This record gives sequence, C-alpha cells and structure tokens, in this order.
Amino acid sequence: MVIEYALTVSAILTLLCSYRAIKGPETADRVVSLDAISTNVVALAVLYAIYTQRSVFINVSLMLAITGFTATVASAIYVREGDLIK
Amino acid sequence: MIVEFFVVLGLFFLSIGTLGLLKLSDTLERMHATSEATTLGVGFTVIAGAINFYPDQIYLSAILALFFLFMTAPTGAHMIARATYQKNSETVESGQDKAEKSLEDFV
Repeated sequence: MVIEYALTVSAILTLLCSYRAIKGPETADRVVSLDAISTNVVALAVLYAIYTQRSVFINVSLMLAITGFTATVASAIYVREGDLIK
Repeated sequence: MIVEFFVVLGLFFLSIGTLGLLKLSDTLERMHATSEATTLGVGFTVIAGAINFYPDQIYLSAILALFFLFMTAPTGAHMIARATYQKNSETVESGQDKAEKSLEDFV
C-alpha cells in the first residue's frame, strides 16, 4: 500500500519537474530539470522493483544512473560551449 | 516495515527537491534544491531497495548504484554550476584577463 502510494507520488513529482524543463527561462534551468528527472526515474525504477518484487529492475536503476550522468555532462558542455560538435 | 520507512523518507526528500525546483527564483538556487534533496531522496529509496532484497545478491548491485549516484551527482551539479557561472559572467571581463591582455600587448 505504501509502495503504491510512493510510486504514484514520485511519478507526479517527475511530471512536475518537466514543467521547469518546458517553461524554464534559460537553458541551464532546463538542464537542471532534466537532471532532476533522470534522478527521479532512478527512484521510480527502485520503487517498481520493490513493488513487483523482481530484482531485475535494480539493474535497470543502475544503468539509468549511469546514462543520466552522461546526459548531464553532455548538457553541461552544451550550456558552456553553445555547441556540441565543432 | 523498515522498507516502507526508508521509502517514505526518500519520498519526503524527493518532494522537497521538486518543490525547490519549481518555486525558487534563480538557476543556482534551483540547482541547490535538486542536487541536495534529490540525491538524498534517491539514496534513501535505493537503501530501501537494498534492504528489501537483502538475502539475494542483488542488494550489492543496489549498493553499487548508491555509491555511483553519490559519486556522480555532485560532479554533474558542479559541471552545470560552472557552465552557468561562466555563461553569466562572460560579458564581464575580470581583472586577471585584463592584466594578461595588457601583458600580451606589451610583449
């Protein structure tokens, strides 16, 4: 029961994070918002693993953490340089 | 029981991070809210997952995810903060740059 409630609330929180990604005044706000979304999705994967009692989704959360870090670094380089491929 | 406790604790910190992202007024303030509170929230949630699967060996994978998250989240936040700071202050020429430029002109 608690796990279902937590899944629902964290999904709503992830949707609320996308408000800043759409509306944010600067590019850096969007990057921060996407970083927060990718971190929230890690929590969603772990909560889903607890909810279904299937341990595969722990590995999913690990891979999502790695991918989110790579995306954050690439976006930070984009904010700084203004261009990714030169 | 203890799994639910850690999940609720993590959800509390996730809510704080998201509210800070939505309500604060500056880019660096928003980054402060998300990078602290979201890391704590996901950390408690991953601890709950590790406790839930404890006899299974997958809890080592959860602890690895926690370690990786605590290593990479400050790095990413620092990169975004530095990029934002350089972007905001690139129009203002600092004193050191002026000194180097005058030295180049002199040489």
